[in-house]
Amino acid sequence: MASQEILREEPNRGSFINDPKIRSLFFQTLVVIIVFGSLWWIVNNVIENLQRLHIASGFQFLRSRAGFDISTTPIEYTSDSTYGRALVVGLLNTIIVAVAGIITATIIGFIVGIGRLSQNWLIRKICTVYVEVFRNIPPLLVIFFWYSGVLAVLPAPRESYHLPFGSYLNQRGFYFPRPVWGDGSWLIGVAFLLALAMAWFVAHRASQRQMTTGQQFPVFWTSVALIVGLPLLAFLLGGMPVTFDFPKQSTFNLTGGFQVKPEFLSLYLALSFYTAAFIAEIVRAGIRGVSRGQTEAAGALGLRSGPILRLVVVPQAMRIVIPPLTSQYLNLTKNSSLAIAIGYPDLTATAGTVLNQTGQAVEGVFIMMIAYLVLSLVTSFVMNIVNARMALVER
Amino acid sequence: MKHIAIGILGAAALGFMASAASAGTLDTVKQKGFLQCGVSTGLAGFSAPDDKGDWKGIDADFCRAVAAAVFGDASKVKFTPLSAKERFTALQSGEIDILSRNTTWTSNRDSALGLDFVGVTYYDGQGFMINAKKLPGVNSALQLSGAAVCVQSGTTTELNLADYFKKNKMEYNPVVFEKLEEVNAAYDAGRCDAYTTDQSGLYGIRLTLSSPADHVVLPEIISKEPLGPAVRQGDDQWAHIARWTYFALLNAEEAGITQANVDEMKTSTDPNIQRLLGTEPDGKYGADLGLSNDWVVNIVKAVGNYGEMFERNVGSGSPLKIARGINALWTKGGLQYGPPVR
Repeated sequence: MASQEILREEPNRGSFINDPKIRSLFFQTLVVIIVFGSLWWIVNNVIENLQRLHIASGFQFLRSRAGFDISTTPIEYTSDSTYGRALVVGLLNTIIVAVAGIITATIIGFIVGIGRLSQNWLIRKICTVYVEVFRNIPPLLVIFFWYSGVLAVLPAPRESYHLPFGSYLNQRGFYFPRPVWGDGSWLIGVAFLLALAMAWFVAHRASQRQMTTGQQFPVFWTSVALIVGLPLLAFLLGGMPVTFDFPKQSTFNLTGGFQVKPEFLSLYLALSFYTAAFIAEIVRAGIRGVSRGQTEAAGALGLRSGPILRLVVVPQAMRIVIPPLTSQYLNLTKNSSLAIAIGYPDLTATAGTVLNQTGQAVEGVFIMMIAYLVLSLVTSFVMNIVNARMALVER
Repeated sequence: MKHIAIGILGAAALGFMASAASAGTLDTVKQKGFLQCGVSTGLAGFSAPDDKGDWKGIDADFCRAVAAAVFGDASKVKFTPLSAKERFTALQSGEIDILSRNTTWTSNRDSALGLDFVGVTYYDGQGFMINAKKLPGVNSALQLSGAAVCVQSGTTTELNLADYFKKNKMEYNPVVFEKLEEVNAAYDAGRCDAYTTDQSGLYGIRLTLSSPADHVVLPEIISKEPLGPAVRQGDDQWAHIARWTYFALLNAEEAGITQANVDEMKTSTDPNIQRLLGTEPDGKYGADLGLSNDWVVNIVKAVGNYGEMFERNVGSGSPLKIARGINALWTKGGLQYGPPVR
């Protein structure tokens, strides 16, 4: 009908089949009808089939008691909590391993990427071998490699390795003393924040001074002294309010302290090392993308190779590096769903259990898809902001 | 990941399935010429492939019995190995015709999951296994406070475990895997202090460990686990066929009909046996179910009676050596009771 109206508005076009406007309108309408028609058909069929098969539907199950326990719970969770809370625990576990993995992968990736361009033959070759090995193995195998490695190499709880500072390492994970924050420990937090603010201020003033007078100031060491020193001072002044809960040997495992489970450890290491290989290649490409003239010009100004890399090459390389880096971060987040193979309770694993207990596959898969979509969009959003700040500012 | 794939496939299948009421499962099965049977990924005594790749075990044999009842040929079965998480979606979406995979009959599964349980082919209960060499002095599940416990996800076992430790005010540390092989490997590697699943399963799993003699099954049974096959809800004819296949196995044992003597028994003048084996003149008990009248003969010829199936797969004829116990016929003090064919 729409096409007929338009036909009346522009009557002198000859055959309406030849009118590009009408044609495009016709095909656009057709596509919309097909897309929404098939969507409607799918949704309708799902509802009808669920009813026919007597399967419960809807999201009410999120409020009922879960009844199962989860091994790693960043927030309070017991078997009396709801399915909804179980899913939140899973989501948090995914976020924790993804964020930790992204940070580590970026650090390793930059080191290896720069190392591949090193003048030193040995460093260059080691980095090349690293990239080629990890880039060409499926991530699942890397995860299994770390997990069976952790289980096979480490000793049983009774024969734990004793590490400094009351830490232990065994098959059940890595145990270290957990700080117990007593009265007055808020002072330490305040001192820490204060130190951060002062370090920022010092850095700001130092760069201003360098701009105007050309004199440099040891910003790094001053900041370290501030950030370590101030909280330490607060700790002593507050009468040492922090005590430590040391891991102790009990019947089965070590109890007390803080435990990093082998499932988390191997997933985190595997994702970091796997993704780092890709990041290394991106970094290498970014650095190679900066014209050699820049390095030579910086050298002619009398800069040494360290500052050349830090002040001239890497900032320019970042513009090339960040967009593909975002994809790697997204890949890492999505690859974390492989956790299920080694029993780390990430979103996929807990949602899978919920899905199985309630039998509501359609809702369960829907929740998972939405959660990963939101995580990915948030990552992209943050990286786009970083990218905008790094972009070339024309002067 | 595979369960996600099946979840998505299931969701997609629910979306794309012709919305017109589909034909009955019996007709579909007859048309494609074989029975698609969902089994475990390998649990000794229940469903596990042998060295030639043939599926062995009570659950696998039950599917053969149904195939024998439908086709008169027990070989017309195709097995789909499923993890605990995948099993219900696979049945709901029509990927399999019957789920015979050491599955516990619960009210939620019978109602909200759209399943229909056929009967209890094995009365089981959940127990714990520990490495007695590494943990000398532990001889009761009540001493397990603080232990790391290996368990398969998506099972009633996982829920019973949480309930049991909560009820006894004990702490534990669940180590949860999706696949049975992964749980076994982690337990064998010493990741957990204890392994929990159905007791029959523990005996089967113990045989696959690197040093079976070191491991003991603790005496406590912490739950009721009535294991049985299930079909999709809403297809009464198919549910009846599966249910009466199970009853036929029990009735055959009660009547003393075995794989060896079934042909002789056909000449029996005992009206009870005649009705069962379809030799009664004008009897059409098989036809009423949508099967041939000699359906029980086919079943017993293929897999024997329930007692033979039990002894061959988990009892004295198997490495598991599990006693009949409560799985004996009601005439021998057990719980297995088949309603009469008449």
